[in-house]
Amino acid sequence: MSGTFVGMPAFPEAAHEAVNNPTLRANLRHATHTIRAKRAVAVSELDDWAALREAGKQIKDHTLRHLDRYLVQLEESVTAAGGVVHWAADADEANRIVVELVRATGESEVVKVKSMATQEIGLNEALEAAGIHAYETDLAELIVQLGKDRPSHILVPAIHRNRGEIRDIFTREMSEWGRPAPEGLTDTPAELAEAARLHLREKFLRAKVGVSGANFMVAETGTMMVVESEGNGRMCLTLPETLISVVGIEKTVPTWRDLEVFLQTLPRSSTAERMNPYTSMWTGTTDSDTADGPRTFHLVLIDNGRTDTLADEVGRQALRCIRCSACLNVCPVYERAGGHAYGSVYPGPIGAILSPQLRGTQSEIDASLPYASSLCGACYEVCPVAIDIPEVLVHLRERIAEGGPVTREGNKAVLKPAKGHAAERAAMRAARWAFGHPGALRTGQRLASRTRRFHPRTLPGPGRAWSDTRDLPAVPAEPFRDWWQRTQGGKDVPK
Amino acid sequence: MRVALFLTCVNDTLYPDTGRAVVKLLTRLGVEVDFPMAQTCCGQAHYNTGYRHQAEPLARHFSDVFAEYEAIVTPSGSCGAMVRELYPRMGERARAEGRGDTLATTLAPVVPKTYELTEFLVDVLGVTDVGAYYPHTVTYHPTCHGLRGLGLGDRPRRLLQAVRGLELRELPGADECCGFGGTFAVKNPDVSAAMGLDKVRNAESTGADVLCAADNSCLMHIGGTMTRLSTDMRPVHIAEILANTEGEPNA
Repeated sequence: MSGTFVGMPAFPEAAHEAVNNPTLRANLRHATHTIRAKRAVAVSELDDWAALREAGKQIKDHTLRHLDRYLVQLEESVTAAGGVVHWAADADEANRIVVELVRATGESEVVKVKSMATQEIGLNEALEAAGIHAYETDLAELIVQLGKDRPSHILVPAIHRNRGEIRDIFTREMSEWGRPAPEGLTDTPAELAEAARLHLREKFLRAKVGVSGANFMVAETGTMMVVESEGNGRMCLTLPETLISVVGIEKTVPTWRDLEVFLQTLPRSSTAERMNPYTSMWTGTTDSDTADGPRTFHLVLIDNGRTDTLADEVGRQALRCIRCSACLNVCPVYERAGGHAYGSVYPGPIGAILSPQLRGTQSEIDASLPYASSLCGACYEVCPVAIDIPEVLVHLRERIAEGGPVTREGNKAVLKPAKGHAAERAAMRAARWAFGHPGALRTGQRLASRTRRFHPRTLPGPGRAWSDTRDLPAVPAEPFRDWWQRTQGGKDVPK
Repeated sequence: MRVALFLTCVNDTLYPDTGRAVVKLLTRLGVEVDFPMAQTCCGQAHYNTGYRHQAEPLARHFSDVFAEYEAIVTPSGSCGAMVRELYPRMGERARAEGRGDTLATTLAPVVPKTYELTEFLVDVLGVTDVGAYYPHTVTYHPTCHGLRGLGLGDRPRRLLQAVRGLELRELPGADECCGFGGTFAVKNPDVSAAMGLDKVRNAESTGADVLCAADNSCLMHIGGTMTRLSTDMRPVHIAEILANTEGEPNA
């Protein structure tokens, strides 16, 4: 995935900073609680929500099971409509393809409509290195780009910023890249939006090349679809002469009809809207001078760890994700840790299961992500395609703690347990042994009871993390099982 | 009716009062309670931390100890969810790994007859008024595994509403996790503590004397945060409220 996040510390250290930043905490709390409440209302309006959720899950599972077939069909449909399909096994290959395609147009700038896939592969950095400047046109992406920042939410990448911070970024940075921010810009939403609109309009009208992602790709027709709220997507998809869409292979659906499910579940889950304001679809190229749409269309299909993920029968359900971000907005961990702590373009609960699968669990951050959850289950409850995120988290914890079979770049391998878990593994084994021997457990309990007056209320070692902020419970004078044996459940002694 | 009390290792060691309360309550309702002395731990901490293979022998031990009983009752939503939700999954995983049906077959008998306490009271015994008296203001925290794992719904609240003298107050953000999450509390201490703090602040805002839940693990985390903050509120397991009757010292 993107080089942007290389060298990220493990989740607990990254989260430490966010937890202790009151502005960030307040921004996140306000934003996630607002959207969470709105989503609940939007979802409750549909009396067939459970059936839609199940249908979405089934469509995605069916497609993933036969992905090879549907991808071939998609390529045929796109080609028949005048497009060119490129296959990229990993980020480097995808970036190389896009750089070459832009170079072939002779242009040195492109406009982009929000695409997580291009962030995943670090396309902007690759283009920059090739002397091509990429302009993000989604309002939140623009804020992130101008602020030399990183996205922290799937749908609202600048969720960690408040209005005052955004005004300062616009005032400071806009003139570097094009039309400057208006004099005396305030932090009212209308003024901020107008400043962004004027700044971006100049770029849309000048651009000859557009780069997009896609929410869905329809195999039977070769149609790409982007759903958005601001209209910048529509501009990027219709104004440039050349359009390059960079999409993960899992975004395929078999038929046009399948979209009826996701066009209901996606907007309600993500922005709590009954329908998103803009739904843009494009199929191949347009050949008339008067019609809107690109004369040249390229589709870059990226794998980048997806077929390896598909090979894992528990973890593959992560590929059902339609990037609605409902799981982020209900997650108590995301709310406190913020999106940056996840070290990936995919933060929150879905990121905690997607990143370690797409990138592997070798790095410190990826090995810490499956533990970045209390397994409360709120994410599973809201997921519109029923991804059992807690199940996958535990599955990946097992991979880290105990090792196990994985598929990397198409090859089967057996991972060794990750480093740094030796003490925990020993403790788990010891506990299992004690629990397998009730007599030993009882001896331990009695010892704890007899020495209880000497117990500290704070702990050394890893336990200190607990007792820094919470008091430990006092050990009782007598464990239950001793009481039971002494009294036969209270029968032998008067209470 | 003769049932086995699966107390859980945490309650056995740290919260024997909860165990005594369950025995007293069920006995009062005419249930014969047994405590199989060979019981230890359901294996949840192992399973959820990624040591599924270490959890398997504990699950087999659980089945050996409890298989013969008509019903198994536990005052823990989280350990109840381990048996009901995750034991079948462990069996499936063993099968998927080519280890046959042995584990699934061994675990199957205990799964459908394991009940969390409030579920047992409402669904099996068919009671919501258990004859309790508890003259305090109480707010109820529905723990995640009880709420989403077992789907306890409004059963605990219906039981509490029927307690004489008890005033139930709504907890803001009730369905948000308290931040315990087993080993999560140690692996991600900052986030866990921040979640616990918010839970305590929400509980305090109700002005209740008591925060009640059906899981002592969550109460340990919330209670530990309360004493550190010198909050006046007390954490109390729901079994201890339901066991209480008029004229007792606890009342």
